[in-house]
Amino acid sequence: MTVEILDSAFDPWHYLAEYRNKGAQRSGQFGATAVFVGTMRDFNQDEPVQGMVLEHYPGMTEGHLEKISREAVRRWDLIDSLIVHRVGELLPGEPIVLVAVWSAHRQAAFEASRYLMEELKSKAPFWKKEQLEAGARWVERNTPG
Amino acid sequence: MRIQVRFFAALRERVGISERAISVPENTTVAQVWALVVEDKSLPDNVLAAKNMEYVDTATPVAEGDEIAFFPPVTGGAP
Repeated sequence: MTVEILDSAFDPWHYLAEYRNKGAQRSGQFGATAVFVGTMRDFNQDEPVQGMVLEHYPGMTEGHLEKISREAVRRWDLIDSLIVHRVGELLPGEPIVLVAVWSAHRQAAFEASRYLMEELKSKAPFWKKEQLEAGARWVERNTPG
Repeated sequence: MRIQVRFFAALRERVGISERAISVPENTTVAQVWALVVEDKSLPDNVLAAKNMEYVDTATPVAEGDEIAFFPPVTGGAP
């Protein structure tokens, strides 16, 4: 179970390869891997977005992500889970979030990864400020699934 | 007793305070902490509050050394 906040750009696929190389999942134990990657768009509410700043509450953010990871392990039979989330300045096309779940069978992996993403979006203390041509604006609410 | 009060994101900009240490009487609630720090504005309905990095109801009493945070609805994650 790993949670990491990163303040500079990252490649989720490279991150996953490195994570596996560290032996985080015992080879042969897992049959299913579900991976979700969220990427910054260059459009929101019909306006082009040039960049974004992601603010968070250091300490509470990690604490909350660890709490939902523990809850996912309690609800489903998981071998491991991973949440990586960006903060700081982002450009369109850059990955924002990586969620990965390993389990013996696919149902647990699909359901737990969805659960982690939805819980992260609704409760983890992150805030987005978009840079538009006309200036910056805080995103006031998240879009439903 | 002394507590630490923090504001985040749009709320931090609106209130004009990032972090402040204040003294409060015993049995002060989270909502009263807001009123003490943000004198001219009432607590908006959609403001979220945390005590020592856990979500709390604004009626929760605070204790010596607590960190109380106020922030707007969260908007992390991805599209």
